[in-house]
Amino acid sequence: MVKQHSYWQLFSAVFSKDLKLAFRQRAEIVNPILFFLIVITLFPLAIGPEPGLLARMAPGIIWVAALLSTMLGLDKLFRDDYHDGTLEQLIASSYPLPLTVLAKVAAHWVITGLPLVLMTPVFALLLNLESSALLATVLTLLLGTPLLSFIGAIGAGLTVGLQKGGILMSLLVLPLYIPVLIFATSAIDTSSMELAYSGQLAILGAMLIVAIIAAPIAISSALKVSVS
Amino acid sequence: MWKWLHPYAKADRAYQLCNTLLPYFAVVTVVCMIVGWVWGLAYAPADYQQKDSYRIIFIHVPSAILSMGAYSSMAIAAVIALVWQLRNAELAVIAIAPVGACVTAIALITGAAWGKPMWGAWWVWDARLTSELILLFLYLGVLSLYHAFEDKKAAGRAACILAIVGVINLPIIHFSVEWWNTLHQGATITKFDTKAIDPSMFWPLMVNIVAFAGFVGVVTLIRLKNEILQREKHRPWVRDMLERG
Amino acid sequence: MQLAGPNGAGKTSLLRIIAGFAMADEGDVFFQERSISKYYDEYAQELLFIGHKTGVNTQLTALENVAFWLKINGYDSKQDLYPILAKIGLVGLEDVPVRMLSAGQQRRVALVRLWLNNAKLWILDEPFTALDKSGVAFLQERFVEHLNAGGAILLTTHQDLTTQFSDLKTVTLEYRH
Repeated sequence: MVKQHSYWQLFSAVFSKDLKLAFRQRAEIVNPILFFLIVITLFPLAIGPEPGLLARMAPGIIWVAALLSTMLGLDKLFRDDYHDGTLEQLIASSYPLPLTVLAKVAAHWVITGLPLVLMTPVFALLLNLESSALLATVLTLLLGTPLLSFIGAIGAGLTVGLQKGGILMSLLVLPLYIPVLIFATSAIDTSSMELAYSGQLAILGAMLIVAIIAAPIAISSALKVSVS
Repeated sequence: MWKWLHPYAKADRAYQLCNTLLPYFAVVTVVCMIVGWVWGLAYAPADYQQKDSYRIIFIHVPSAILSMGAYSSMAIAAVIALVWQLRNAELAVIAIAPVGACVTAIALITGAAWGKPMWGAWWVWDARLTSELILLFLYLGVLSLYHAFEDKKAAGRAACILAIVGVINLPIIHFSVEWWNTLHQGATITKFDTKAIDPSMFWPLMVNIVAFAGFVGVVTLIRLKNEILQREKHRPWVRDMLERG
Repeated sequence: MQLAGPNGAGKTSLLRIIAGFAMADEGDVFFQERSISKYYDEYAQELLFIGHKTGVNTQLTALENVAFWLKINGYDSKQDLYPILAKIGLVGLEDVPVRMLSAGQQRRVALVRLWLNNAKLWILDEPFTALDKSGVAFLQERFVEHLNAGGAILLTTHQDLTTQFSDLKTVTLEYRH
């Protein structure tokens, strides 16, 4: 047996396995979007359909709904691997665990985050969002949803071994989401006033870079604790 | 660092250290608390705008400072626990967490009570109060994560990881909330603490801060002692100690 | 080496500590005179672990499972896997999702790894679970091969080993509260 060390092989193996699984049970991709859509439908019903009010609240509604719908998939992120022992195999592989984790989080984002980004125009339509704010919404979701996946995966890693980890994970993760929420919604707000919002995007981008570097390490150590 | 820490890796040494430190903290707490409260509540002059209601700062400000301080010490203990694999540091994290959560709650309640006469409402979304509320969530997260694990060894390490993640996020959260607040500056919010504080109020405040720090120290040490005893209850040194009385 | 002892004696816990998943309350594990916690990546190169939870995803097919495992361990996954799957008794089942297979067949999907690695140390927790007689015998043949090639096996089992291993050591853990 020849062993060839290839980080790319590991990354693509883990990434494509998760995608393959998600596409086999399409509910995993469809359900978060449906959830997002339903949450967004609830708001006009709750606060009234007045277009001006909706447009004013749209950034907040979209982002709160995005936070909640990414939580749905997070619970499953490591759970199956934990229960069938794949996680142990990944830890006992000679590759660094943070790289594996990076691949899994990337897959999670493609499954739950990317569809939201692509669907934004529809949601914007429903909420009467001004067209000037549409681009900002797409951009903040593009930068922000991977951040949500990274931060959320830390919580998922910490709670994967627990019987009822789902609710606890939300308690751990949601407070950490607050900066993302603040900067993203403010970027959309600013853009709807036709002002420059590159500052907020830069902060989101900076946070994303820090998360890409630091979060996999935290997630790996969390997973090792959960497996032990 | 390791050389200095190494002796306290042993539970009985750490326990003795707690015992040695406890009286000092206790004396500082009692003395400063009596001096600080009497001075602050009875002798310090009343504020010309806020009258006597400002006196709540002698509790509110120390607890707010200590809520942050306790979180940082918890995170430092967490780093030590994970890097040097010291289980006693893990126990320290668990010992601090509820104390910090209580101090944060005190800061929130006194802040709200102060807000009633100042702003006319028990709660306004002021940057500091909001940060304090999120801090409380972070504390509660660490606590509930710890208690969710049945295996206390894993629980301790999980709590440490979360504490570190939290402390990295805390400045970002704080900054973002400050920024959010200036963005949405409402009509009700007045900034009253930007002006320099008068020395006649400053010194009693300092004494109260020291008193609070001492108090947090005392409670944490007692809790740490209990945690150590609970974990080591089957070890010979605990039995020896109990037999000696 | 065989690890024996009644249920609850701590066999699995010990295996997990030796495999580096769990930490011992006291003490450290050394492999080739190096602490495994310090040199885990190098240790992982020489380690093959199959636990109670076998690491087989039941949504994927047998072939996909084996290929995934090969990839995450840095082995060539493009080799022809059909002969080896046939050898272990999974002819015609290569492309069926593993959840459709019987317990014994699922275990075989995990055990294929024993033919596809060059790790020195195998740590196997109850490898014979759910296997039929011929499977057990077949597995033991593979054990002999591995040992003759200079490898080491650490396993727990409640079944008696039927093959005579020349230098089998048995460590028995006793139940102690």
